[in-house]
Amino acid sequence: MFKIIRDLLRYNREFAAGAVLTTFVLIVAAMSAFSPYPSNQTYVVPPDMTPSWQYLFGTTSRGQDTFWQVTFALRNSLLFGFSVALISRILSLLVGLVAGYHGGIVDRLLMSLNDTFLVIPLFPLLVMFYFVLRDRMNWGLLAMIMGCLGWPFDARLIRSVTLSLKTREFTTQSVFSGMSTRQILLEDHLPYVLPIVFATTMANINWSIGLEVTLSVLGFTDVNTPTIGTMLYWANQHSAMISGVWWWFVAPTAFVVMTFIGLFLLSVSMNEYIDPRSRLARMGA
Amino acid sequence: MRSFLLHILRRFRQFVLVVFIGINLTFLITHITPIDPVEASVSAMTAFSSSQPEAVALMRKSLKELYGLQGTLFDQYIVFWKRILAADFGPSLSVFPTLVSTLIGRALPWTVGLLLVATLLSWILGNFIGGLAGYYRNNRFLKFAGIIFMALHPVPYYIVAFILLIVFGYLWPILPLTGAYEMNMQPGYRLDFILSVIRHSLLPVLSLVLVGIGGWFLGMRSLVSNIVTEDYVVYAELGGVSRAKILTSYVMRNALIPQVTGLAIVLGSIFNGAIITEVVFGYPGLGRLLVSGVERGDYSLVLGVTTVSIVTVSAAVFLIDLLYPFLDPRIQAG
Amino acid sequence: MEAALLVENLRAYYLMRYFGIVREVRAVDDISIEVQRNEIYGLAGESSSGKTTFIKTIAAAIRPPLKVASGRIKYGFLDRDIYDLSPEALSAIRWKHLSYITQGSMNVLNPIRRVRQSFLDFAFRHIIRSKREFFKIVDGHLARLHLAPSVLSAYPHELSGGMRQRVAIALATICRPEFIIADEPTTALDVVVQKSVLRMIREAQQEFGSSMIFVTHDLTVHANIADRLGIMYAGRIVEEAPTREIFHNPMHPYTAHLVASLPRIGDATLKKALSGAPPSLADPPGGCRFHPRCPLAMDICRQVHPALTTLAANHRVACYAASPLVKPGAELAPAPGGIRAANP
Repeated sequence: MFKIIRDLLRYNREFAAGAVLTTFVLIVAAMSAFSPYPSNQTYVVPPDMTPSWQYLFGTTSRGQDTFWQVTFALRNSLLFGFSVALISRILSLLVGLVAGYHGGIVDRLLMSLNDTFLVIPLFPLLVMFYFVLRDRMNWGLLAMIMGCLGWPFDARLIRSVTLSLKTREFTTQSVFSGMSTRQILLEDHLPYVLPIVFATTMANINWSIGLEVTLSVLGFTDVNTPTIGTMLYWANQHSAMISGVWWWFVAPTAFVVMTFIGLFLLSVSMNEYIDPRSRLARMGA
Repeated sequence: MRSFLLHILRRFRQFVLVVFIGINLTFLITHITPIDPVEASVSAMTAFSSSQPEAVALMRKSLKELYGLQGTLFDQYIVFWKRILAADFGPSLSVFPTLVSTLIGRALPWTVGLLLVATLLSWILGNFIGGLAGYYRNNRFLKFAGIIFMALHPVPYYIVAFILLIVFGYLWPILPLTGAYEMNMQPGYRLDFILSVIRHSLLPVLSLVLVGIGGWFLGMRSLVSNIVTEDYVVYAELGGVSRAKILTSYVMRNALIPQVTGLAIVLGSIFNGAIITEVVFGYPGLGRLLVSGVERGDYSLVLGVTTVSIVTVSAAVFLIDLLYPFLDPRIQAG
Repeated sequence: MEAALLVENLRAYYLMRYFGIVREVRAVDDISIEVQRNEIYGLAGESSSGKTTFIKTIAAAIRPPLKVASGRIKYGFLDRDIYDLSPEALSAIRWKHLSYITQGSMNVLNPIRRVRQSFLDFAFRHIIRSKREFFKIVDGHLARLHLAPSVLSAYPHELSGGMRQRVAIALATICRPEFIIADEPTTALDVVVQKSVLRMIREAQQEFGSSMIFVTHDLTVHANIADRLGIMYAGRIVEEAPTREIFHNPMHPYTAHLVASLPRIGDATLKKALSGAPPSLADPPGGCRFHPRCPLAMDICRQVHPALTTLAANHRVACYAASPLVKPGAELAPAPGGIRAANP
């Protein structure tokens, strides 16, 4: 697995670019540990100051240092995205593997269920959740809900990989040579499945952060925790656009776009690397 | 013919299943949570003003009846389904006594229109340019276009809409930012009205297309670069079939088949994107209705919009599934 | 009389550069053959002998990373090397003068178009008549090859494998090309269907007078159809003679082994397999490429590869042990700069 990453870094421009962007974002998020101001206090610095050497990204109308707010926002949004991705990974792996290996009616039932959740538009459902939960909606609960609703895309992918692996020649060979199912799964199949899980995780993190930003901007989450979305929410509440406090929404937007593009590049280049046919097309070009 | 009918039946069964599960999910969310919709509405309505306790109690009682929350859970379930099947969502709380169905009826065409135009545009453009990019792998323009699409595609709909709002709201205000048509204009089949509608839809459509086109582009590009190695394409090249014919009838036509399936799969998320974009641009569709319903504690409205969303998307997916056998003759063989 | 196809010193290599590793695979290494008019030239060899690459190269149907390193390919119906043609000229000769029957014709027809549309796509531009007349010609052609005209309105997946192959043969012969390349056309078929397909190919070739290169690893098929036979090993031709000669008097040890392994009625002897495996074309052994597996290997075999020498009438061999007349071949210089890619 590490050899793959090293090769990709060296020869695949998209992967390298994605890695650079993502690392940069991660560093900024990690800097939140050094923030001189606690994340949820307001009016700790003079409000509405333009960017300067003292306040790198200026200050917000709520009297917070934009730069440090952004570090917290990034950290929280990333953590959130990662937790959702984790939960939905588990579910999609479960569904995908079971459906792929068992086949038959189990497969058909699971795929019917899968397609159902694919089609149902999530946003209204999440809004409904907020409607009935209001102030009781916290990040953990939201992460759980989104994780439980976000697995269909990837489950299908994992299922098709499982199906193709099941029928590949080296599997029948391993079965005939007496390897236990667990051994087959770990030694033969995992090397194929892992890169796909990696690629889909990046895509899933993007999706969940995107949804978080959308919900927070509308005020449908806990707006007192700094995240990218809640920063934009407060910026809108204080009419930052009209009052010209542009750094308040440009900074989080810029960083979140970097995150999205970075993760996306990583997942796309990993996907292309896995697909053997694209490799042949690149050779000798 | 028989296998075609079987196909329709199978897809219809899936359609019913999706609607059933979706609406049951909605029921679960609203009836199994600690806070019931009555409380949610009451707290939203009494949030900014004080009310007398008797008035609040009366409100609770009538809301309970309105929302069908009397009796046991089972009774509520029956009432819930009866109402939905009759498309009866009751009156809207925030715009009393206008029926929720009326409000939705006014908003739905705008959402559907936006969705249709934006989806078709991004699908057609994305697939066409992506197909060319997959075939002519060394063309610089296509590579450049690919990079732009790749940069836009992962950005969530809200952020792109937001950025467009900033650009066209403050930097270059040449397009209208809200509404579906000029305020105070009378709707009708007149040229000036139609032009106004088009002008007002430009930004929302642009926002949706910018995000969506990348997905189709990337998918088509990789599909085409794989199809190009298929036996029948290689054979057609050996046969000296004209380049244009190969590109259209052999490569693109075959690549479009999985892209149609893809359309059915992502329609749910495009719908999400559409209603979010509506909120940003103040477009009078389901999105704005939904958000205002939540802010004002209008449970009936929120329930109605959610239900209609589920049915609309499922119906659209069903229709796309119906198209499938016409595109791929292999399906008819079973 | 001018040959239908003249190939001189053809070299075609795969040049691969990926993740910092450079690999040169010498798939076709200095091959010269001549196919006469109205002749079926059989090309035999194992899976990795380079037969398919050779075929693709002479059909000018190669793509990077495969490139022609040097050599000449001259068809009788052209006045110049096929790689010197412009893309338009190349497209004009395709199908009309040079057509192709491929291996596993399972998938060569566009799955979403009916067979009649494939005929239109491939042949209509060469037969300049109205569509109605065109299809009359097609019907007549199909009838002559004993195919029902109803096959035209079918989709490819509705036809059986053998049927599809026959349709492919009909398609390849409709314009009466001077030269047909057949790449393993019977490989994926069962023996009964094989027989009828072979018969169809023979009839078509005799009726229309095309010259043909017929590639297959199956010697028994060659016995049935080829006039002359060329044996390929590791990118080179090691023996070439009329089919009868090859079977009765194989001179190269490899050929001898191939012929000996064919089962004969009444023969109950055990067949011995050749030791070793065909060499990797990326790193072939020095000298004669067969020497690691050859029971007759001598010192000179390890050092310099033997030249393909004409011995008896029409019988060429590249083996020192076959005859003292066989001399060492010229050492191949590295591919001259100016590797030509095919016209896209």
